[in-house]
Amino acid sequence: MRLHTHAVDVLVVGGGTAGPMAAVKAKEANPALNVLLLEKANVKRSGAISMGMDGLNNAVVPGHATPEQYVKEITLANDGIVNQRTIMAYARNSFAMIEELDRWGVKFEKDETGDYAMRKVHHMGTYVLPMPEGHDIKRVLYRRLKRTRVAITNRWIATRLLTGTDGRVAGAMAFDCRTGDFHIVRAKAIVLSTGAAGRLGLPASGYLFGTYENPTNAGDGYSMAYHAGAELSGIECFQINPLIKDYNGPACAYVTGPLGGYTTNGKGERFIECDYWSGQMMLEFYRELEGGDGPVFLKLDHLAEETISTIETILHTNERPSRGRFHKGRGTDYRTHMVEMHISEIGLCSGHSASGVWVDEHAATTVPGLYAAGDLACVPHNYMLGAFVYGKIAGESAARHCGAVSLAEIDQAQVEAESARVRAPLLRGEGLPPSQVEYKLRRMVNDYLQPPKVTRKMEIGLRRFEEIRQDLDRLWARDPHELMRALEVHAIRDCAEMAARASLYRAESRWGLYHARVDHPARDDLNWFVHVQVRKTGDGMTCFKRPIEPYLVSVDEHEQSAYQNTRIPRDSRRQSARETHSTST
Amino acid sequence: MPTAFVPTSLPVRIDEELCIADKGCTVCVDVCPLDVLAIDLAKGAAYMKFDECWYCMPCEKDCPTGAVTVDIPYLLR
Ligand SMILES: Cc1cc2nc3c(=O)[nH]c(=O)nc-3n(C[C@H](O)[C@H](O)[C@H](O)COP(=O)(O)OP(=O)(O)OC[C@H]3O[C@@H](n4cnc5c(N)ncnc54)[C@H](O)[C@@H]3O)c2cc1C
Ligand code: SF4
Ligand code: SF4
Repeated sequence: MRLHTHAVDVLVVGGGTAGPMAAVKAKEANPALNVLLLEKANVKRSGAISMGMDGLNNAVVPGHATPEQYVKEITLANDGIVNQRTIMAYARNSFAMIEELDRWGVKFEKDETGDYAMRKVHHMGTYVLPMPEGHDIKRVLYRRLKRTRVAITNRWIATRLLTGTDGRVAGAMAFDCRTGDFHIVRAKAIVLSTGAAGRLGLPASGYLFGTYENPTNAGDGYSMAYHAGAELSGIECFQINPLIKDYNGPACAYVTGPLGGYTTNGKGERFIECDYWSGQMMLEFYRELEGGDGPVFLKLDHLAEETISTIETILHTNERPSRGRFHKGRGTDYRTHMVEMHISEIGLCSGHSASGVWVDEHAATTVPGLYAAGDLACVPHNYMLGAFVYGKIAGESAARHCGAVSLAEIDQAQVEAESARVRAPLLRGEGLPPSQVEYKLRRMVNDYLQPPKVTRKMEIGLRRFEEIRQDLDRLWARDPHELMRALEVHAIRDCAEMAARASLYRAESRWGLYHARVDHPARDDLNWFVHVQVRKTGDGMTCFKRPIEPYLVSVDEHEQSAYQNTRIPRDSRRQSARETHSTST
Repeated sequence: MPTAFVPTSLPVRIDEELCIADKGCTVCVDVCPLDVLAIDLAKGAAYMKFDECWYCMPCEKDCPTGAVTVDIPYLLR
């Protein structure tokens, strides 16, 4: 394992969605800057959008919605626990980003007059913009990276950030998963964009990599930010998604909903009003699955042939194109069969719910010089367009920061401790295989953290995670690839502990299923209308409250119920199913 | 500590007749987000080395000769 040291101005860690945008925008802001994009996989095909995307889930397009309406919608969808400033910064920049991506060559659906063909999926406003030809998005980003001359390293795994004696960010450490070489990258500013913690719970299939998120995203960024002393927020607001059973990918209701598809229970009854993914919707989904009326299905078999072939073209060539292969293997044809649905294991992801590194409206974390964007950064329900917008904000903030500072001194003790931690699994001639430790850890996450959350269970879970901490010292890797998996287990364990501690700390229920606490079943705004933060202190992992900043957009009492009453009352169900049937065929 | 090798059925197949790794192609190995493919130098063909697949399909889509087939991993099928 050879050691190399590099120095750059801006280091972007993670080259999926937000990362390439951050690197391009930092370079555009100041072409003289040395910008390095460091990626675990290969920037050409990495991250959540590896094979493209079906659509924008949260486009704020003039004529369809205003930034103020969007801020209100997300405030309600996230049960009030938001820093509206960050959501407003997204909303105000949303349309300009769509136009820029459009100019770069990303294809969005338009109507006959050339306007964006917006669709309604949310409870209140209209925010979904389909991208039936969205498979090229990574290629478009790659072209921009080349054009702006951003330096790229592929197959480097960042493991820890370095902080200077003054507490500001000094660089990052990484190793090459092909050669095993160890790299120290000094930087004036760092953008973390390593995506969700997608390998936290164990999928019901038992397959470690059968996750909703791209499993490259193991939660490394959550762990790195934590160990650098950054505040994390909303960790207890888990990500749980309604997915195709066993396949564990989206079905996808945002594509099929506007075309007439909907979710039903085992009796063929529609039981939720709206398919927008919120904690409350997930709770209704869970109740239906667990109650006598399950299983739950996505119903398309009533749609016209033309509509079904459109759906097939989108779902089987884009985003998760192996969906078609999965259905074929099971003999499922949308024309004649409903698609069996299930709920996923837990993850951490602000793109879908709210768990992330705390950032302000400039994408700044609480560590000077460290910025965060995308699924990893706490801007609730931010999705893909949010990753792009915050990538831009983070890149521009990082470029600005470089003008004001010089490289921070490196603390040799941090370097030595980390190179020893990284090297250790390779030096052991025997020990525990990473896959086995990961399996056990993630199975424990399911057993003890999967909502509904039970205090006693989470306390036991914490003890198990402590025991697994001991096992980390026995992880054995035979080559740099296995070493990557071994170090991912360290990060997953950190995320599991954060998930348990933040969930125990918030002594109320909120966000439907995401934080349903059996021992504290009611929402308690008097004590818990606050953010719950997690941070590393001298005493270890510490949770504390952060007050909610005054709202920019107020929310009326009567509007609050929009996301709280998502269940269709039993007596009006059959009728609503019939109505949908007749309007969509 | 004793360990064992447990065989697993792999989801990705490479048609060795079609694969041109012997001419220097490494496209599928390059694009795989999980880094689970490798080139067998003796055979001059790509193969799946680790059972850690997201069934995402860049390997199949980007292969210039159509040598790659991605199946759904057995446990999910
Ligand atoms: C299946 C699926 C469907 C979705 N559908 C939609 C949709 O239709 N519409 C929508 O708006 N949103 C959708 N989303 C959400 C959207 O894709 C994400 O919110 C967004 O792409 C996240 O961008 P990101 O940059 O944070 O993460 P990613 O794009 O996942 O990028 C993270 C990158 O970090 C790299 N990385 C991880 N760890 C390290 C490390 N230690 N060192 C270096 N690099 C590292 C990874 O390899 C990856 O390239 C979907 C997500 C998924 C998974
Ligand atoms: S991309 Fe195709 S031709 Fe190239 S190495 Fe892989 S399988 Fe062989
Ligand atoms: S399907 Fe995806 S994860 Fe599996 S081998 Fe191909 S590129 Fe790699």
